[in-house]
Amino acid sequence: MTNIGPGTLAGSAEKRPGLLIACGALAREIMAVLDAGGLDGLDVTCLPAHLHIRPQLIAEAVRAKVRLGKQSHENVFVLYADCGTGGDLDAVCAEEGVTRIPGAHCYEFFAGAETFAAMSDAEPAAFYLTDFLVRHFDRLVYAGLGLDRYPELLDDYFGNYRRVVYLAQTKNPDLEAQAKAAAVRLGLDYEYHFTGYGGLAAFTTHANQTAKQAANQRVST
Amino acid sequence: MAEDNNLNDNEDDDLDLKSLNDEDLVAQMHDDLYDGLKAEIAEGVNILLSRDWEPYEVLTKALVEGMRIVGIDFRDGILFVPEVLMSANAMKAGMAILRPLLAESGAPQMGKMVIGTVKGDIHDVGKNLVSMMMEGAGFEVIDIGINNPVENYIAALEEHNADILGMSALLTTTMPYMKVVIDALKAKGVRDDYVVLVGGAPLNQAFADSVGADAYCVDAAVTVEIAKDLMARRQGSGVDRMTLAAEG
Ligand code: B12
Repeated sequence: MTNIGPGTLAGSAEKRPGLLIACGALAREIMAVLDAGGLDGLDVTCLPAHLHIRPQLIAEAVRAKVRLGKQSHENVFVLYADCGTGGDLDAVCAEEGVTRIPGAHCYEFFAGAETFAAMSDAEPAAFYLTDFLVRHFDRLVYAGLGLDRYPELLDDYFGNYRRVVYLAQTKNPDLEAQAKAAAVRLGLDYEYHFTGYGGLAAFTTHANQTAKQAANQRVST
Repeated sequence: MAEDNNLNDNEDDDLDLKSLNDEDLVAQMHDDLYDGLKAEIAEGVNILLSRDWEPYEVLTKALVEGMRIVGIDFRDGILFVPEVLMSANAMKAGMAILRPLLAESGAPQMGKMVIGTVKGDIHDVGKNLVSMMMEGAGFEVIDIGINNPVENYIAALEEHNADILGMSALLTTTMPYMKVVIDALKAKGVRDDYVVLVGGAPLNQAFADSVGADAYCVDAAVTVEIAKDLMARRQGSGVDRMTLAAEG
């Protein structure tokens, strides 16, 4: 578990304005958005990225973080898509009274819901990469699926897929080359689609605003 | 490549499957299935057949029982998806030998199931496992693959005069499509001609109820149990299936 951001969580008697509880796969992107916008109303804490392959554990793990976060922060936000919890995460957020970024998974909120729906309608047999997945392709995708140990499983996993679509958060020729190489390794066609930070930027910026406004109101009352 | 490793393993162990008595051979086959050793499973199946085992007995005692153990360890987080796939592929190698023999030997016929992953969804590891275990339990399985629009399901159900419809979805965005299929069956007035089973990691019983399925099945072993149960009740007492669903 990582705590990143301008301040430490424990130790101060006064609550800090905002806490963003995020998937570890998004930490780098969130920090980039915070830095670029000079957003100083939010601390960030992450759950381990590998939870996404055990989505049944996500909702309760988020709940625990939310409860802890409320002790140290005035406003708590959840930067986690549904991520295969089948609605359980929404139920937890409603019960705990916190908002989460809209979307089924991070591919959807990076690309934007409409764009993603159109893309997957046009080509359902696509496997999506993000900057994070390109960076960690060997470990998380290739070895994560056991393809390093059992390369003969490639067809069981990807036999029905036609292309890799790299949804890029940043314009980075190195990552693009790695994404292309990943497509070759999976035996699939390659497509590039620049998304920027998409819904992640919008949600983070909005959370920062909400937290700061609430803090300002408290100061002025 | 792993195949080579397997062969090496075998040489190291220097285990001659033929030298084992039936009981030890079946236990060894459970281990080999667990370890995903295709060639060994095929060999074990052939040895048992040469000892005059009925194909159906080989299937249930050596293969299905072995996969049941794999299923339990997968559920308990001891085995992961790649290992399960290796085991499934080993079982497939055994099934390939047994399938033609089973057809000849009049093994029990439990019913027919059409199964497929819904439109927009390409996940099929779980569906394939369910297909295999249902076949292993004596069901005839018509697997219509991935990314299925409603027309595919209906065409397959009609063409094969199926008893059971199975739908799989792994994405929160595709699971609502199950309702589209069930509603289409209702609109045609044929919903109650079929037992409808649904599955996939993000689903649960409440979701199955909300789309009007007969049951949610958490894994392949549970699917087999529920399918057998619903088929037996359906054939046995003539109780209509809406009552069953309400009871279940
Ligand atoms: C392996 C996997 C893949 C493989 C799929 C290979 C294949 N050929 O199927 C690959 C890597 C290709 C893949 C691709 C994608 N995946 Co995927 N995938 C998984 C993963 C890790 C495991 C699924 C699996 O195979 N489990 C093993 C089997 C044995 O279990 P099972 O499927 O649950 O099946 C059992 C039961 O559910 C039940 N069952 C299943 N079907 C049926 C049907 C019936 C009728 C019955 C009765 C029972 C039943 O019995 C089965 C056997 O016991 C899950 C996470 C998870 N743990 O669930 C994510 C997951 C499902 N994937 C996800 C995503 C987002 C995707 C992608 C969009 C990712 C991308 N980068 O592009 C694409 C999807 C593209 C598409 N259009 O479908 C998300 C879904 C999030 C969401 N909001 O819905 C998950 C939850 C991961 C995550 N948290 O991000 N994926």
